[in-house]
Amino acid sequence: MTGFLTLLARNRLALAGGIVLLLVGLLALVTPLLPLADPDVTNTSNRFRPIFSPDALLGTDHLGRDLLSRLMWGTRLSLAVGFAAAIVAATLGAAIGIIAGYYGGRTDNVIMRGVDMLMAFPYILLALAIVAALGPGLLNALIAVAAVNVPFFARNIRGITVGIAHKEFVDAARLAGLSNTRIILSEILPNVVPVIVIAMSTTIGWMILETAGLSFLGLGSQPPQADLGSMLGEARSALITNPHTSIVPGMMILIIVMAINLLGDGVRDALDPRLKSGALSRPMAATRVDRKAPVPAPTGAGLLDVQSLETQFHVKDRVYRAVGGVDLHVEKGECLGIIGESGSGKSVTALSVMGLVASPPGVVTGGAVYYDGEDLIGAPYRRLREMRGRNVAYIFQDPLATLHPLYRVGDQLIEAIRAHRPIGKAEGRAKAVDLLRAVRIPNAETRISDYPHEMSGGMRQRVGIAMALANDPDIIIADEPTTALDVTVQAQVLTILDDLRRSRGLAIVFITHDFGVVAQLCDRVAVMYAGRIVEEGRTAEILDAPRHPYTARLMACVPELGGGKRRLEAIAGLPPAVNKLPPGCAFAERCTRVQEDCRQGHIPLARAGGHGVRCLHPIDDSREAAQ
Amino acid sequence: MTGYILKRLLSAIPVLLGITVIVFLIMALIPGDPATAILGSYATPENVEKLNRDLGLDKPLVQQYFIWLGNMLQGDFGTSFALNRPVLDEVLERFNGTLVLAGTAFVLCSFFGVMAGVISAANQYGLADKAITFVVLLGISIPSFFLGMMMILFFAVNLRWFPVSGMWPIYGDRTFGVLLTHLAMPALALAVVATGVIARLSRSAMLEVLRQDFIRTARAKGVHERGVIWRHALKAAMVAIIPVLGIQAGFVLSGAVYIEIVFQWPGVGRMLVDAILKRDILLVQGGVVFVAACYVLFNIAVDVAQSLLDPRIKT
Repeated sequence: MTGFLTLLARNRLALAGGIVLLLVGLLALVTPLLPLADPDVTNTSNRFRPIFSPDALLGTDHLGRDLLSRLMWGTRLSLAVGFAAAIVAATLGAAIGIIAGYYGGRTDNVIMRGVDMLMAFPYILLALAIVAALGPGLLNALIAVAAVNVPFFARNIRGITVGIAHKEFVDAARLAGLSNTRIILSEILPNVVPVIVIAMSTTIGWMILETAGLSFLGLGSQPPQADLGSMLGEARSALITNPHTSIVPGMMILIIVMAINLLGDGVRDALDPRLKSGALSRPMAATRVDRKAPVPAPTGAGLLDVQSLETQFHVKDRVYRAVGGVDLHVEKGECLGIIGESGSGKSVTALSVMGLVASPPGVVTGGAVYYDGEDLIGAPYRRLREMRGRNVAYIFQDPLATLHPLYRVGDQLIEAIRAHRPIGKAEGRAKAVDLLRAVRIPNAETRISDYPHEMSGGMRQRVGIAMALANDPDIIIADEPTTALDVTVQAQVLTILDDLRRSRGLAIVFITHDFGVVAQLCDRVAVMYAGRIVEEGRTAEILDAPRHPYTARLMACVPELGGGKRRLEAIAGLPPAVNKLPPGCAFAERCTRVQEDCRQGHIPLARAGGHGVRCLHPIDDSREAAQ
Repeated sequence: MTGYILKRLLSAIPVLLGITVIVFLIMALIPGDPATAILGSYATPENVEKLNRDLGLDKPLVQQYFIWLGNMLQGDFGTSFALNRPVLDEVLERFNGTLVLAGTAFVLCSFFGVMAGVISAANQYGLADKAITFVVLLGISIPSFFLGMMMILFFAVNLRWFPVSGMWPIYGDRTFGVLLTHLAMPALALAVVATGVIARLSRSAMLEVLRQDFIRTARAKGVHERGVIWRHALKAAMVAIIPVLGIQAGFVLSGAVYIEIVFQWPGVGRMLVDAILKRDILLVQGGVVFVAACYVLFNIAVDVAQSLLDPRIKT
């Protein structure tokens, strides 16, 4: 609760709204005690006095009544009626919603049908119908406004209750023999109260507006009693001659409703956990770059040359070092595997290359990525966009989520081409069919007019590959492209990738957590742990004789077909959180070979020939690794 | 597609029946004797009894409902006693005015609401976003009738840009241009609140979509940021926006009541308020049922639009 209040207070606008509302509320409360003129005493000889008249601060209305006094009393009435309507609507709506949600079945069906019917009405029309039946009057307006808002609460609360009614603690209460009423009051109600509060805070402004509206139409409060709406309604005939009589009550409604809306938004935001984590931020077109250290010079190694790349996620005051200085290079036509557990930073490394890390919260804080000698990290967005898809293309993990659900696959393929060169309709279609054929999709001519959801997972991923091929890139970065597929489909997709690589001379960066895939496809492999490369070298070498204990343990996790009964060794413990990396080796906590010096200082990647390892006590003996 | 439209139309029948039941029940709530309510408290008992018989109010409630429903299905909504004119004629004539006003306002709020939401989301936390958020907050907090009055004061009385009220000039030609000058202010005043609501929702729908994987795919393909926002993100966000447009259409349609009063616009809303104040029950009943039915039909059109946009919806 205090946490909620501090959050709310941190939101300056909500705070301002709260203060204004509090002030208006206090004034409304003490109105009877203030030395105000009688709001209902008419004095026609004194009508339409302007604002700041000596005897009437806000002037007088068409009957010579003191506007300030009427404003205060009107505000009091409007607030009372608005809040009362909100409370009635919330109580009734919540009761209906809880009953429907808790009992379910036929009860639920009948109630919700009725609610749907009520919601089929244009809102204010229903209120008008109710007032028409009950007759004009403030109480009837209150009833009408409350009634039309009941369905909204009922529907919201029912949704929440359905979720709670099947939770374990409710089942437990039922087994303990508690009556339904007791369960609803002691188990369900406390859990839906926050939802009711949010719903109220977002609708109370509406209700004040609506009651004011009905009064404005002459259907709410009746003379001489006046709320803000009827003050405005009465002043309308003198709008042109004496606008202040309209402006005074109108501004008051505006101020009250605005304060309530500000406060309501604040309450909603404070209760929404996603806002706190910054998860509602929009990722920008390219990852933010903020390199503190000097940019390393190109070494000229390979087509793609990644040097001491650092990518971090800045969430509030925490810094997650997802990629902590990675060096990589890929030659023309080569396949490099990057392997590691989830969270090791392999995907972030791959996405950093073309500035595709979601930002905020992502920031590239150091290093460089050279493509053919050109630094991509420092490149302006326009240059980056030109190169995306044309020079470096991506294949992502889950093709159902990564293809646009509302465009036909053919159109998505043509768009990929069109992003880089103009192409006619017929030519585009022909090219799209060719691409689908290249990834061996049968009936490519008809398949191009499919939507992604009409295809199987394997077919969708082939579309993903075809899209990456659309502009004949030199490098394809495949981020776990087969993880979401089942094994046979996975094999097909891998074969397609391997064939394409050989026939087109593509370089592939293949990100995976599967050593089997690496063995099948990759020339070289880099093993990542906690944002760093811990071992790198030719695939065969590393598979035969891993030198880093982590690589060895990771390989021991892979079951082998025909390998007989063997203990699968899970690696004990968890990778360290990348916002709290220990000094020294990040794997030390989980390593069986750990020694004192492992836990301090920077451990460099020691290279011997083409094989690099970041370990002070690497496995030397190939027999030792085999054990 | 035709099959889907037919199916939706059929499924609207119970909703329409429900609406008539609700309206009928509300009217049955009228305390005391409806005939007395119509004739006033000074009516003679004979007159009250005669009117009750004429209106069929001496029959049981259920029977009354079916007579009323049957008559309505044959196009007989009864006769307004205050206007001494068939209810349907009056409603149809007035509905024209409301349709012009609410239709224009709906187009305005849909267009500007979605535009504002997209621009706001695309520049999240930027200057444009803050400006739009502030204007939107103002828009959803201001009572439309107050806004309308202020517009009259400023644009019609002070600047003399637009006529003060009405749909047509009392003298002069009824041309399209003249209609537009009369329509501009009321349509804007009516659109403001809905624009705000749509803009808010569009903004959050866009922010939701912009974090999706397929947006990253579009960027990875090298699509221009313009294309990413307006083609990829907006199309996906429309799936969430369209239902809200449907709901807001209801607000615009019924919120027209206030605007019609403020601008002396000859529409159903003003007719209803007059009818309520005169206790012209049949006119209220007929008007409410008619407008609600139109709204139900409009929402079917919204569903059809949704199914055209989203192929994943089974048609």
